[in-house]
Amino acid sequence: MLRFFIRRFAVAVLVALTVLTLAFLLTRVSGDLAISIAGPNATQQDVEAIREAYGLNRPLSTQYFDWLGRAVQGDFGESYFFRDRVANLIASRMPVTITLGLVGLAIALVVSLPLGIIAAVREGTWIDRVVALIAMIGQAMPSFWLGLVLMIVFGLQLAWLPISGADSWEGFVLPGIVLAFSAIPSLTRLTRSGMIEALASDYIRTARAKGLTRLSILVKHGFRNAAIPVVSIAAVQLGFMLGGSVVIETVFALHGVGFLAWESISKNDFPVVQAVVLVLAIIYIGLTLLADLLNAVLDPRLRTA
Amino acid sequence: MTALLEVRDLRVTIGSTAAVRGTAITVNKGETHCLVGESGCGKSISALSVMGLLPRGSKRETTMLRFAGEEIGKYSERQMERLRGDRMAMIFQEPMTSLNPAYTVGSQMTEVLRRHRGTPRAQAVDRAAELLARVGITAPGLRLGQFPHQLSGGLRQRVMIAMALMCDPELLIADEPTTALDVTVQAQILRLLAGLQKDFGLGILLITHDLGVVARIADRVSVMYAGEVVESAPTASLFAAPEHPYTRGLLTCVPVPGKVKRDEPLGSIPGVVPRITPGFAGCGFRDRCSEAHAACSGTIPRQTVSDGHELLCTLAPGWGGKAAA
Repeated sequence: MLRFFIRRFAVAVLVALTVLTLAFLLTRVSGDLAISIAGPNATQQDVEAIREAYGLNRPLSTQYFDWLGRAVQGDFGESYFFRDRVANLIASRMPVTITLGLVGLAIALVVSLPLGIIAAVREGTWIDRVVALIAMIGQAMPSFWLGLVLMIVFGLQLAWLPISGADSWEGFVLPGIVLAFSAIPSLTRLTRSGMIEALASDYIRTARAKGLTRLSILVKHGFRNAAIPVVSIAAVQLGFMLGGSVVIETVFALHGVGFLAWESISKNDFPVVQAVVLVLAIIYIGLTLLADLLNAVLDPRLRTA
Repeated sequence: MTALLEVRDLRVTIGSTAAVRGTAITVNKGETHCLVGESGCGKSISALSVMGLLPRGSKRETTMLRFAGEEIGKYSERQMERLRGDRMAMIFQEPMTSLNPAYTVGSQMTEVLRRHRGTPRAQAVDRAAELLARVGITAPGLRLGQFPHQLSGGLRQRVMIAMALMCDPELLIADEPTTALDVTVQAQILRLLAGLQKDFGLGILLITHDLGVVARIADRVSVMYAGEVVESAPTASLFAAPEHPYTRGLLTCVPVPGKVKRDEPLGSIPGVVPRITPGFAGCGFRDRCSEAHAACSGTIPRQTVSDGHELLCTLAPGWGGKAAA
């Protein structure tokens, strides 16, 4: 178990380093940063001055190791546009993004677990097929489009919920639903297939032979085993949601990390872009690691192995 | 002797297969009744229908399904739930997969008692430990905290047996409980079942295809073929004077020390068990039977050979001189 953890952790650190390097390189190959910061009306002198000021005239490797050294200490430099420390910017935007991600995941679980279980219990019937259809529609729907439709229906026509901003909890409902839709298909399918497998197993027959109630058989004996892969995929899905919130936050004007990414990309604020990519990637890597650990905790066979 | 379980004219269809066709089984209190036959002859399905555990898509019909004097054939799923695990228990052929991998032995054992009797956890744990000791498991306290994957097959089957006994059932159905275990463990489990039966006054319905097992622990044997009980008799009389051609064939397939001669092939029954569809008439064994004749495709008479010895065959009892075995 400890060796398993150490190995997984080492892999996670390597992936994080790779992402770090990629984040640095991608901003450099997207054009001459000094020129894009200086803007279209700048003279050659202006560009040179900016190059000097930001240290862009140094060799690439020097820039890289300088940035890397600071980044591992949590220092991502200063934003060109916001005139603030990048670390501060991200920290102040993070709560909105995390709240949104958790709301999205909660909605996704509340919808997909019962759907998956019902589909498994009624395998092969019309109920099963309706659930499969719902999952397919969810898969096929672009999130920005769904966001706009929800805004029009619930925000404008029915006026039940705000269409933008995060001033109250209500502001998270519509974007949460949109985000949940991206995770519902896979979570539902996984729950369904896990439950079908579990319900066909010998230990379910034993549970029935023990005269346990239907609820206990389904939830305690069936779902407990089907849940193992679902939990780890849910953790990975949360990572997707946090990273994928760029589109949703922009559509709903929620000032989270995703919105920050969009702003800084359009302003060529490359220290912020680099840092956001890095932070989201590290969160994602962390959640994947967590998923592996949860798997081991939930499955006694892995725990004692 | 009082009948604990009486089944008459049990019919089960699964999809388009007539899995059980008019089976009759009686298990008396404190008696071991063995159900023998080849794979696919309907033994397990018969047992599962008694428990109300048939797979989805199967249909059960019966004229009598009486347990401890009560007709349970029309019981609702809820009523059956209350009976299962409490007054009738079942153990299975697959000890490796029959326990839930996610819960400890203790949690799975106490669950039965808590469900049916509402016993407090501490008392249920005591009872579980006591039964684990009774089925020959050393250090029961340690085992209760372990997960199934930490136990061997033999231990798991003992846990299954102990778990089945938690509520002191009157009937124990054991579906090939020793098939998946190695020979020494098989013997231990059989000795254990026999001992438990004496101590607890259990009625046991034991499904097996192993005639050696039958000879050792059965009071009564029913031989099943293609969904029907073709012969049923007290163990001694079945082994001494088997009547049905299938029973005789089955007995010649078993090597008996002292009786088998070197260089002489063991008996075998050619062919396989046919798949029987609804509407099939006559004897299911006739295509493999050396004695088959025209009457075998008509209605087969149920004959009484001697007291408690019944035969489903067109041949007269005692045909062909004394039995082959």
